[in-house]
Amino acid sequence: MRMTGWVFVAPALMVLGIFFLLPVLAALALSLTDFDLYALADIRNLRFVALGNYLDLLRTPMFWKALGNTSYFVLVGVPLSIAVSLGAALLLNAPVARWRWLFRTAMFAPVVTTLVAVAVIWRYLFHTDYGLVNWALGGIGLGPVDWFGDVNWAMPTIIMFAVWKNFGYNMIILLAGLQAIPRDLYEAARIDGASQWQQFRYITLPQLGPVVLVVAVITVSSYFQLFAEPYVMTRGDPLQSTVSVLYFMFEEGFKWWTLGRASAVAFVLFLVILVATSLLIWLGRKRDAI
Amino acid sequence: MNAAERADVGDSRWLMWLVNGGLVIMAVLSLAPLAWMVSVSLMPAGQANTVPPPLMPGEPTLQAYRELFQRMGMGRYFLNSVLVSSSVTLVSLLLNAMAGYAFAKLRFAGRERLFRLLLAALVVPTQVAMLPLFLLMRELGLVNSLAAVVIPALASVFGIFLVRQYARSIPDELIEAARLDGAGELRIFFTIILPLLKPILATLAVFTYMAVWNDFMWPLIVLTDQENYTLPVALASLAREYAMDIEMMMAGAVVTVLPVLLMFVLLQRYYIQGLLLGSLKG
Repeated sequence: MRMTGWVFVAPALMVLGIFFLLPVLAALALSLTDFDLYALADIRNLRFVALGNYLDLLRTPMFWKALGNTSYFVLVGVPLSIAVSLGAALLLNAPVARWRWLFRTAMFAPVVTTLVAVAVIWRYLFHTDYGLVNWALGGIGLGPVDWFGDVNWAMPTIIMFAVWKNFGYNMIILLAGLQAIPRDLYEAARIDGASQWQQFRYITLPQLGPVVLVVAVITVSSYFQLFAEPYVMTRGDPLQSTVSVLYFMFEEGFKWWTLGRASAVAFVLFLVILVATSLLIWLGRKRDAI
Repeated sequence: MNAAERADVGDSRWLMWLVNGGLVIMAVLSLAPLAWMVSVSLMPAGQANTVPPPLMPGEPTLQAYRELFQRMGMGRYFLNSVLVSSSVTLVSLLLNAMAGYAFAKLRFAGRERLFRLLLAALVVPTQVAMLPLFLLMRELGLVNSLAAVVIPALASVFGIFLVRQYARSIPDELIEAARLDGAGELRIFFTIILPLLKPILATLAVFTYMAVWNDFMWPLIVLTDQENYTLPVALASLAREYAMDIEMMMAGAVVTVLPVLLMFVLLQRYYIQGLLLGSLKG
């Protein structure tokens, strides 16, 4: 009986242990070494450098640039995504909304699509010469904008893409949260003469608070892992304005084969995500306490 | 009807237009890029690179698809993706179900501590493991093989968690009764537990299949030869080489996206359920 449990969890634990837990620990060890192309050829070239990689990173302008770009993506992209998700969820939850099932499915469709494939689509939609977006803007006398070639526009374009691709996901979670708010709260407020806006401000938002916090934590940690969008749409250009931390890690690790440094980048990103999400949770709890 | 009531009715009609109008706009914006993708993929070569950009193909043709499958080896990539997604889904379903059931219903030393450790592992971004994982695959001689994509995905904390939550509702008496009848633990699992877990396994299957199908970064790292590419990796590489062949790129996007999109439309009940259960973990 006592053994049976272990027999049942053993296969899954072996997979997770060997192919996830072990590599994570190895990454920590690797980040303290100068593992590079020479060590890849002959392990005897490996040297222990303690925190050398981390200190080195702090002095690398490209790393700071990547961290800055990724933070820009998170700081603008996350609030924007959640705002759009909340808007969509409120519309779907409105008593007067029709054909809910159809709208929900349509707005969720981008979420299940393959990121690489839809990134390719966006590359053409926002193409400077042949793109529909510039053509439509031209129709109202604007543009043309060099979406992916202009330092000021490349990241905003990626953010627009991310909002389009992802808002449906949080919309579903927020919608479930809205539906869980007891109806009698609104009844009572209406009897007291509260306006639509007051109901939203004093019932919907506070009741939805915990769900918004969950959504924010999930979105922040996934947006920090930005990679495929710049890889497919811009390759980090123009002027490296769309190089993300993971893109930087990918190039360090698999283009230049400095796996030690790349592991340090991975751990710094892990730390940044941990700090950012903990901060969010702490802020959320503090607001609840008031 | 007095004036106030009439104002109310007018108000709600106005609100109805506003709400449904907003929904229509958002739904159209969500689907327009996908519709445009299909439309361009049916255009003859070169038509999309004209100004103004055409919305519809004059005479729909499958030329871009033919090019893709006959010259670019899209069939191979499609097969690779099907193979990887199917094998991961089948095996991981079994392993996660076994582990999830054990964490919910079988007593063993260290069970709770182990489960907490697994949940804690969820905060570690998967990319942290990728660099050493590559070295491990190199030692095992698996770099540039589909096995390198499949093996690390054969169990998931998310899957175990999902099954455990569901399995907790299975009454202990049912399992006890089977034991008293002399059924072995494996037999109990396969004949009694698995059928009861069917709904959550359906959810997990849809989730896993789509996640593996869409996965990009790890396959990109570990698959080095074209013949082993999965669809997203192949498409990203084609997009670099044939950037201006818009019709062909859109056909490639259709081939990549359509299977998961269809799967979602048909099985969305299961997918949405998994999404909501999964978000509770945060």
